[in-house]
Amino acid sequence: MGLEIAGLSAGYGPVTVLRGVDFTARPGEVTCIMGRNGAGKTTLMKAIMGLLPGTGSVRVAGVEVLGLPAHRVPGHGLAWVPQGRRLFGPLTVAENLEIGGLLRGNRPEIRAHVLRLFPRLGERLGQVAATLSGGEQQMLAIARALCLEPKVLLLDEPTEGLQPSMIALIRDAVGQLRAEGVAVVLVEQRVEAVLKMADRVAFMAHGRVAEMVSAADLAPGARQFAEFVGV
Amino acid sequence: MSFGPFLLLALMEGLVTAAVLALAASGLSLVFGVMRVVNVAHGEFYMLGAVIAWFVTTLVPGPAWAGFLVALAVAPVAVGALAAAADRLVLRRLDYDPEATIVATIGLLYMIQQAALSFYGPDARPVAAPFDWRLQLPWFGYSGYKLFVVLAAAVVLLALWLFMTRSKVGLVMRATQVDRDVAQAFGIDVDLVYMAVFGIGAALAAVAAVLIVPIQQAHYLMGHDPLLLSFIVVIIGGLGSLRGTVVAALVIGLSDGVISMFFSPTLAKILATLLVALVLVFRPQGLFGVRDR
Repeated sequence: MGLEIAGLSAGYGPVTVLRGVDFTARPGEVTCIMGRNGAGKTTLMKAIMGLLPGTGSVRVAGVEVLGLPAHRVPGHGLAWVPQGRRLFGPLTVAENLEIGGLLRGNRPEIRAHVLRLFPRLGERLGQVAATLSGGEQQMLAIARALCLEPKVLLLDEPTEGLQPSMIALIRDAVGQLRAEGVAVVLVEQRVEAVLKMADRVAFMAHGRVAEMVSAADLAPGARQFAEFVGV
Repeated sequence: MSFGPFLLLALMEGLVTAAVLALAASGLSLVFGVMRVVNVAHGEFYMLGAVIAWFVTTLVPGPAWAGFLVALAVAPVAVGALAAAADRLVLRRLDYDPEATIVATIGLLYMIQQAALSFYGPDARPVAAPFDWRLQLPWFGYSGYKLFVVLAAAVVLLALWLFMTRSKVGLVMRATQVDRDVAQAFGIDVDLVYMAVFGIGAALAAVAAVLIVPIQQAHYLMGHDPLLLSFIVVIIGGLGSLRGTVVAALVIGLSDGVISMFFSPTLAKILATLLVALVLVFRPQGLFGVRDR
């Protein structure tokens, strides 16, 4: 079931950014979203999370979540790793994870699972999040979202500005989540990363999903990268 | 009396001012820190706490301490509930827009003030201190109740600090303070948090007022000075920083005590306002505030 979006329109006040987005993300798959700046990728993430008013339909595991108050959306199995991480900077690593696990009662087994995925965080539980390195902050942002035990995980440019070793680590984590049956939606601009991680790729332009193709049908020089991403 | 005892007396008076100021200002700071709302009606919540304390101590029979204890419980709850209702009915409808909420809380200020004038009257009325014990020093006697005010304020501030740093609700409030949208994305009902924060902020002002009213009397215009001084304290300490609020309250309170005694209360206010100006010019985020969050 995963995530099913139909005819989603949303924006900021009088400015409409999304104009009838149709999109699906299946469990156990990584669906990448690509597009130029301003195509509506981040707006789509926010609209899915209920942070922007919208029309149309957003269903998670068959349950309609569009129109719910934003704080009730994650309870249906949606977790979001925002662009730029947006950690609770003055809070410690442990406190960030605790906020992540509020809706699941902060069960120890979830915390243990997350720390197995990112063992480095286990060594820094008492450290203030803002003082972590960029890669560690990204790990924490993902770990915090995983404390929700999501059915659908939205990742907005998680490898942005990271060194290659950190990118590999996050790629491994995404691979493991896919193996666990999570529907992963990944906003990503780097072609190489997309080709390595994605099962399917949605290309956005002008607030719509213009094309959705299997990653197996894409090569580094494919027409879609030039047309929708400009690379 | 020689200089030393005079200075000691001035510092003790300043400490009482600082304690009450720290309580009132911590409420204002909490509201701004979490909600980004500049609550201009904060002084009126303070006044309301004092007025309710007068009503309660008048109505409760028996010894003065009994009425005082009931007032200490009832006034913060009543004022907190009123503030929570104001949040629900007014601020939420404005979507916590910074400019609109300033105008709305100015309106709230006049509504509460005029309601107090209508139902309580224009007279300043005394509330009996809960006990009448004096600390006899070699140079002068000092009100034991004033020392109790300092102790009580310290206990409440410690409780507030533990609540914010050790409890789950405090953690949720701190997370909301950092990033409202992301907090919602983890299931935090931000509207509920804001309502609670606005209520707690007002309740803290009411606690401060109940503590001070046996010393100062309850009056419907008594909210002006605490509002001004609270703003001075939170600007100097850093908006949203509890630690900064307490430190700044100590600086302002103690200097107010000393300067008022040796020079004049007006000069104390002038210097406090000058300090605010200097902080705004050279360290706009305050002594303990964070520039970018």
